[in-house]
Amino acid sequence: MLHRLTLSELTQRIARRECSAVEALESCLAQIDRVDGQVKAFLSVDREDARAQAAAADKEIAAGRSSAEKPLLGVPVALKDVLAHKGQPLNCGSRILGKFVSPYDATVVTHMKDAGAVVFGRLNMDEFAMGSSTENSAFHTTLNPWDTTRIPGGSSGGCAASVSAGECFASIGSDTGGSIRQPAALCGCVGVKPTYGRVSRFGLVAFASSLDQIGPFTRDVRDAALLTQVLSGYDRRDSTSIPQAVPSYVGSLTGDLRGMKIGLVKEFMVGGLDPEVDAAVTAAVRQIQSLGAEVVEVSLPHSEYAVATYYIIATAEASANLARFDGIRYGARVDGADPMELNSRTRGAGFGPEVKRRIILGTYVLSSGYYDAYYLRAQKVRTLIRNDFLNAFEKVDAIVSPTTPTAAFKVGEKAADPLQMYLSDIFTISCNLAGICGMSLPCGFTASPKLPIGLQILGKPFGEETMFRLAHAYEQSTGWHRERCPVG
Amino acid sequence: MSDFNVHYVAKLARIALSPDEEERLGSQLGNILSYIEKLKSADVSGVEPTAHAFPLLNVTRPDVVETSLTNEEALRNAPSHTGGLFVVPNILE
Repeated sequence: MLHRLTLSELTQRIARRECSAVEALESCLAQIDRVDGQVKAFLSVDREDARAQAAAADKEIAAGRSSAEKPLLGVPVALKDVLAHKGQPLNCGSRILGKFVSPYDATVVTHMKDAGAVVFGRLNMDEFAMGSSTENSAFHTTLNPWDTTRIPGGSSGGCAASVSAGECFASIGSDTGGSIRQPAALCGCVGVKPTYGRVSRFGLVAFASSLDQIGPFTRDVRDAALLTQVLSGYDRRDSTSIPQAVPSYVGSLTGDLRGMKIGLVKEFMVGGLDPEVDAAVTAAVRQIQSLGAEVVEVSLPHSEYAVATYYIIATAEASANLARFDGIRYGARVDGADPMELNSRTRGAGFGPEVKRRIILGTYVLSSGYYDAYYLRAQKVRTLIRNDFLNAFEKVDAIVSPTTPTAAFKVGEKAADPLQMYLSDIFTISCNLAGICGMSLPCGFTASPKLPIGLQILGKPFGEETMFRLAHAYEQSTGWHRERCPVG
Repeated sequence: MSDFNVHYVAKLARIALSPDEEERLGSQLGNILSYIEKLKSADVSGVEPTAHAFPLLNVTRPDVVETSLTNEEALRNAPSHTGGLFVVPNILE
């Protein structure tokens, strides 16, 4: 049952020569063969390339290289279909990229390869990361490994489902308004959105450049801390990357919460929360208190504006970023009599409904006569939302909330009503607007059917150490992270 | 939103829509826009806009030539290319 181990347990086994990198990869591939027909987390897997990487890792291990030098040596890690991996397909869950093959590696892929990881697979997602369920993928809907009649969350639904189903030891996704934390919560794994600028976005296909951040999915907090450490750091190829040293996130896992102050957000304690989610999060807060942290109420008075602000800023940035899909430089093309017609036909045929909806909304809020009323106003409200967090963090070290208002919903339940789908991101969205760090970890299950519930922890800008310390202390005092889904 | 014209905005966005799509998107976007109207009640007087959570200014690198994708690599994913160039429909008669 190699595929059930955590990443850290696997590296220990490899270090003790109890298993090889090839065996670790084969355990993932066998699990994919066994369950991916049901879960459908992967769009494709280049087995030959993955096997060659694993064999190369085994050679290094035989030559005496250890995980002390390369912390991910021999560990299979899978990628969301939005990250460039040289020589591999990249589609962003869309038809418009056609047979695109990445000409280079994203910086995070380089970091992982340098750390010895076996980087493999293309994980399903909502088209261009726009969605909360993977139902907007142009290829297929990924299903929740805890209940395959339900969605895994999104947009990084393939990332979360594959980690929970034991098809990889960790995966890498992106989070623009909750696209890592929400699926992690709904699939019962750990997902981290680092502080804006902490991880290089070079090689990540841009959705909303001022909000996008790359982060890991893992089976426990230690793995998440380790992987965040590998992914982080200044990169001259990303002009928004912040030149700040990366501390030891694994070293921050002391288990000690004494003196830590945790905030509960007054504005989040209003109606609409599922009673089982409410009960699980309340119990988690009590547990955190019993571990020595002090819990106080904080106020984020502009929270009610977060979803509206997000859907102006994110769509405006998307309308500009996705202008590059023109049918000329790469991807699919539908011919036209002139370049304008070629552009419009290609984009009309190549983009799915949600992407069209958002590009059109973003174009509208930026258009002449509406810019001030929508986009500029949203940027000002963004300042208020960010200031709310900075004020709250004068009083507390971290904020705790539910990750999502409900557990995983049924396939099709919200697909017809985009606004309802947007409102399911209510707890995760403001973190990206403020640029702070956040994560989700398991804090319980609903009774029937048994579905995971996620606890969200929000930290100060570059406050990952405190966030991980809190998450790890809580996790280790519970058994939630050791629960495995039926197909896992 | 009475003045929201989906046909016009889709043209600005260079997305060809079928009449069906136009109708569906128009009504969905109408709902989303009325939700977004909420922002009008926020008091933003005297508030500076935020474009980036951590704005870095004048990020440059030394003006030195570095290796980049070759012409062949840059064209490899193009739907149509010839003689080292992208092919587009005629622009001038």
